[in-house]
Amino acid sequence: MRLRQLSAWYAALGVLLALSFPLPGIASAESDNRDPTAPRRVISMNLCTDQLAMMIAAPGQLYSVSNLASDPSMSMMAKQARAYKPNHGLAEEVFLMRPDLILVGAMTTRTTVAMLERLGFPVVEFPFENSFSDMRANIKRMGDALHRPERARELLARFDADLAQLRKRPGPRRTAALFHANSYTSGVGTLANEVLKAAGLDNIAVQFGLSGTAKLPLEKLVMAAPDLVVTDTTWEGAPALAQQVFAHPALRALEATSAKAMSATNRWICATPHLIDLIRDLSAARAAVTTIHDRSATRQ
Amino acid sequence: MTVPMPYPALIAILSALVILLFGVSLLTGPAAIGFTDSLVALVSGSSTDAVTLVMREIRLPRAILGVMVGASLGLTGAALQGYLRNPLAEPGLLGISASASLGAVLAIYTGLVIVLPLSLPVLALSAAIVAVLVVRLLAGGRSDAASLILAGVAVTSFAGAMTALALNLSPNPFAALEIVYWMLGSLADRSMSHVWLAGPFMLVGWGMIAILGRSLDALTLGEATAKSLGIRLDRVQALVVFGTAISVGAATSVSGAIGFVGLVVPHLMRPLVGSRPSRLLLTSALSGAALLLTADIAVRLIAPDSDLKLGVLTALVGAPFFLWLIIKTRRTLL
Repeated sequence: MRLRQLSAWYAALGVLLALSFPLPGIASAESDNRDPTAPRRVISMNLCTDQLAMMIAAPGQLYSVSNLASDPSMSMMAKQARAYKPNHGLAEEVFLMRPDLILVGAMTTRTTVAMLERLGFPVVEFPFENSFSDMRANIKRMGDALHRPERARELLARFDADLAQLRKRPGPRRTAALFHANSYTSGVGTLANEVLKAAGLDNIAVQFGLSGTAKLPLEKLVMAAPDLVVTDTTWEGAPALAQQVFAHPALRALEATSAKAMSATNRWICATPHLIDLIRDLSAARAAVTTIHDRSATRQ
Repeated sequence: MTVPMPYPALIAILSALVILLFGVSLLTGPAAIGFTDSLVALVSGSSTDAVTLVMREIRLPRAILGVMVGASLGLTGAALQGYLRNPLAEPGLLGISASASLGAVLAIYTGLVIVLPLSLPVLALSAAIVAVLVVRLLAGGRSDAASLILAGVAVTSFAGAMTALALNLSPNPFAALEIVYWMLGSLADRSMSHVWLAGPFMLVGWGMIAILGRSLDALTLGEATAKSLGIRLDRVQALVVFGTAISVGAATSVSGAIGFVGLVVPHLMRPLVGSRPSRLLLTSALSGAALLLTADIAVRLIAPDSDLKLGVLTALVGAPFFLWLIIKTRRTLL
């Protein structure tokens, strides 16, 4: 009952606003020959949909992104995200923003999403990506949701071309281990594993038969002695035991013999075309391993 | 109850048990390393060899800390029970471990440890000292079981809440999850630097308690008699309070709070040493070490991939024991 009153009030307010400021709508309609059925006030509630939406949306189409999107420790597009209104994933605030499309991830709070759907908002959900093909599907989905399929195709074409180029990089494959906070690693069936593969690296977690995100005991990592150890570097200003393992003398000793690559956590979180830069850096780290080994070979 | 075993024989058996478990702990781990390989690597490996690295930098500190933390908990449990003449006294139940955790949490998550590594044990043991003093104050100087345990419960829940608050305020998303470690304890992936950091403090605490044997024996005859025997009660109190707080504080700062070891062990040993507190000290230290090593071996064997916490196992043994003890104490009190 109250809700209906509220929406009636909003409808009235909407009419009032439309009457008093008719210009912006007309101006944007004139500025490009946009599809009139395309959503015009889009809200994204998930760090990863935030970033895909920022890349694909037409100017003015995206209204709000989640507050995580402007956190440089998690987001690759923190600077761009500041241009949008932040939301905190709460049904109430999203409701008040009156969106005509809501983008959510599979991990976005279920109760919030259910409530927004119940209130009649169009919601598009993006499944979690475990591979490049999942990523492709989500980019296409985003292009369709925003009525910008040509922009999505453009991003995909560039990603595929860059990836093909990187795959041609010379040099032998090397073994690598991903070592996250709390001794976690990424095994079979993870996006991180695909990233390593694309960079010409063989993931030792796969050799250990680990799948998904799994514990890699420090002992096993030391024994496996991969050519490259990839750790992440986030939250250095706020220490936690989770990162203490990076300072463990055994890991330090391993890094004296293996090569070491640091990569910020935000680069691994979301499946976006930004992954290309990560793959490029890892591929360069692989090339550097080659030279270290050659040097030690010539010394012996 | 039972006939006391000859004291030297008991010490020899317990020492042998600790040495055996120390060895088993060194041989237990996710990396499958052969028996002789691991021992050779431990004694005479080259420092860049992977097996040597695993043995010296990962398993050795873990086994050493298992012995030292367990001994600290067993010893202080025996000292507290003897001094307070209270069968329920124990660092965990009196809030000493929880407060030490709070001190360690403040040192680690504010980043103080990075600047000043020594702040970790020092802040933990300072918080532990405050906890002992507050518990004594809350219990009103009386050492009856109920008021002491209530004071301990109050301090434990307060310290636990403050620990949770400090961890929740950290901008690091991992911090909030680490409350489990600080409340239940673990020795996973500790290093020799933790041994060097906390070990000396634990030794100092042990030393302070070790010289209390005669005084604790005298105290069993009552405070007045002890005084007439020339025991200075203020000195005894200071040594128990500071010895306990220093050794448990330092232990907790590198292992998290591990409950019930200090409670169970003195009760298991008491029938074997004929209820003499002085003899209870060394035997409790040794069996505390044996118990903690066993728990630490078990967590690696039961659930090698899930980083099971030590406190879970010690509580599985300790909590039913605690209930039994309460029932028994109530019967004798009423």
